[in-house]
Amino acid sequence: MAEQLVHMRVWRGDAGGGEFKDYRIAMGEGMVVLDVIHAIQAQQANDLAVRWNCKAGKCGSCSAEVNGKPRLMCMTRMNIFEPGETITVSPMRTFPIIRDLVTDVSFNFQKAKEIPAFKPKPKEADGTRRMYQEDIDRVQEFHKCIECFLCQNVCHVIRDHDDNKPAFSGPRLFVRLASLEMHPLDSNDRIELMKQKAGLGYCNITKCCTEVCPEHIHITDNAIIPLKERVVDRYYDPIAKLLGLFSTKNR
Amino acid sequence: MAEAKYETHEYDVVVIGAGGAGLRAAVEASANGVKTALVCKSLLGKAHTVMAEGGIAAAMGNVYPEDNWKVHFRDTMRGGKLLNNWRMAQIHAQEAPDRVLELEEWGALFDRTKDGLILQRDFGGHRYARLAHVGDRTGLEMIRTLQQHAVHKGIDVYMECNLQRLLTDGGKVSGAFGYWRESGKFILFKCKAVVLATGGGGKAWKVTSNSWEYTGDGVTMAADVGADLMDMEFMQFHPTGMVWPPSVRGILVTEGVRGDGGTLKNTKNERFMFNYIPDFFKAETAETIEEAERWYDDKRNNRRTPDLLPRDEVARAINSEVKAGRGTPHGGVFLDIASRRPADYIRRRLPSMYHQFKELADVDITKESMEVGPTCHYAMGGVRVDADTTATTVPGLFAAGEVAAGLHGANRLGGNSLSDLLVFGRRAGLYAAEYCKAHTGGVNVNYDQVDGYAHELLAPFETEDGENPYTIHSDLQQCMQELVGIIRTESELRQALEIIQQFKRRTKNVKVEGNRHYNPGWHLALDLHSLLTFAEAATLAAIERKESRGGHTRDDFPNTDAKFAKVNIIVRKKAGELSLAQEPLPEMPDELKALLEENK
Repeated sequence: MAEQLVHMRVWRGDAGGGEFKDYRIAMGEGMVVLDVIHAIQAQQANDLAVRWNCKAGKCGSCSAEVNGKPRLMCMTRMNIFEPGETITVSPMRTFPIIRDLVTDVSFNFQKAKEIPAFKPKPKEADGTRRMYQEDIDRVQEFHKCIECFLCQNVCHVIRDHDDNKPAFSGPRLFVRLASLEMHPLDSNDRIELMKQKAGLGYCNITKCCTEVCPEHIHITDNAIIPLKERVVDRYYDPIAKLLGLFSTKNR
Repeated sequence: MAEAKYETHEYDVVVIGAGGAGLRAAVEASANGVKTALVCKSLLGKAHTVMAEGGIAAAMGNVYPEDNWKVHFRDTMRGGKLLNNWRMAQIHAQEAPDRVLELEEWGALFDRTKDGLILQRDFGGHRYARLAHVGDRTGLEMIRTLQQHAVHKGIDVYMECNLQRLLTDGGKVSGAFGYWRESGKFILFKCKAVVLATGGGGKAWKVTSNSWEYTGDGVTMAADVGADLMDMEFMQFHPTGMVWPPSVRGILVTEGVRGDGGTLKNTKNERFMFNYIPDFFKAETAETIEEAERWYDDKRNNRRTPDLLPRDEVARAINSEVKAGRGTPHGGVFLDIASRRPADYIRRRLPSMYHQFKELADVDITKESMEVGPTCHYAMGGVRVDADTTATTVPGLFAAGEVAAGLHGANRLGGNSLSDLLVFGRRAGLYAAEYCKAHTGGVNVNYDQVDGYAHELLAPFETEDGENPYTIHSDLQQCMQELVGIIRTESELRQALEIIQQFKRRTKNVKVEGNRHYNPGWHLALDLHSLLTFAEAATLAAIERKESRGGHTRDDFPNTDAKFAKVNIIVRKKAGELSLAQEPLPEMPDELKALLEENK
């Protein structure tokens, strides 16, 4: 069997600028995009910068844009492309470039620090913590998040609007907020944070984040929309508002 | 001024590695009031712990009330072929339940029993269903919980920072030195204590479940400053890694598949594990398929299926089946859960396995068998530590998790790793903090020594016409795979040792392209030093242990030997060379000995 070569264009450069470079690599059976990147690294460009760890879709390190689509490189099989197709790999666009395919994702870690910690309620009288599977199923969905930050990368609120970053936490952190808000044991209040600092209101539920999630978390439907409802209940509930007006008049 | 040359930070405790053990150590040290830094090679939350699947072993008794620490202790010791440090095994079994419950206090959500308690699942070598778990992504839950807890406690984290050398002053730890991966610039920590939580060195083998980070850094840094290494001959080959397609060979398939009802079969459709029950486990293992099937629902009156023998036994059995020509064309055997459990049960219990096979191998595990074979997974050996305090033989140096030796003896049981990380991670943080409080004087850094290290780390940039580091790494992996694999023999081990010496010479001439700015080629060139130290120590110890036990099988000495049952193999670095010694195991108290004889 003649050896099949794949043609890959990989973005090379740093914060000062860069360009796509062309590589041709021999294909092996079952290869994923990350395998090709590793082969380029080993054979043709030893210094090609890329993040990876588990190579099994569990750690969320190797996020990039493959033919313009945000993906985990380790879970993108080469056989989804047409034979002979040129495959383009570029770094996530929403985050500042460090080098080649590696971006500065510290934004996400910074935003995570701003979320008030989990604060458990008192234990049961017998000293246990009883929770039922049906009560935690929806939170376990959020705990599947591998922090690949592809949802952050694709979110149009910040993708081309760096100026929105200070006031917007992004889908990953909304998932985190939802996991805390819906945790049966948690007793902290984060509603004001969601409305103000986290900028939940910026999201206009286009579901781009849900589409790219490699863990298939229903980010928009199961996390963001219920959080929006909680904010609305607190701040815009018409009955509470009426009562509020009434009490002001009487004062 | 020498000091101004390097970005310098001062702490009491520096924890190297941010997997389960490192995170837990940092949390504990910080809670004990000492200034603590957590340093990791990858981004926070990406350490190898995230890939752990099956669960955390802890005798909580939620599913089987008759379970308790004594049974867990016994299982751990027998799984380790009695070479374990008895005190570590005792502490581990006693403290694991509290460590699991603590994670729940910090927000972890484990799968539940019908009564609302933490559910526990069956695993190899454990008498009762004992593993607290979240589907098959327990490691992710654990690392995220610890990560968020550490972040909220305000612990300083240095991400993508690779520490390469420990600094000592008068034989005591005084700091650590390395580089930022992003800028390539050097960074120096001055500190009283270092906790090593760097994991193992499985990346020295070709077929491995380990990530790029598993280069044996901790073992090497410890040996370089004179700490003892122990049990380096014992490498665990996990019986079930993916074997096809070639690009995914070695990726882990959780033991949870067998815990939840999956069985191993050869190409003749035989459940071959019934042919491989060793005398040591005969009394506790089902001899017929009928008994094994009853055991899933009634553990009181039936014995465990041989599919769930400890990992060393199962890996050897698969190896033998393949050698005997009863393996698949891709060199594996079948792991079948599709014909045994309903599809929705499989998807619920094993979601990430379902996903992994579907996406990477075009196999639907609810409809077809998986193809599996052994993959290099875990180092039982590592840095020798004190059982209670995790202190190494170098003052101020502590080690916890996979980098430390002792708890698992000759073979680790599944699920005992995550509990190890929590139990001994906490103890490492606690005793490192106590050590700092007891040592009130300042620490001195020898800047001539640091300059020397800086020079060593930059050497690959100076080479002209040198060798590609990726080629040396790949040749090393090939060598260890072929010559220091599951089944070993003296002539091959000696051959490996010679080749490793050649690799050392080649590494002196390694060449790096480009500059210091986020350069993986340079990083790998530097990691070769630790990979080679790890490989050499493992090979030397494997030659010294002339018997077969646990994760060390010798073709030329196929049986256990009573003489070797009483000793650990110690490796030490003296004048730049690794040397060997046999030292007696600590004597186990009689009341614990009695536990081992109970209910064999």
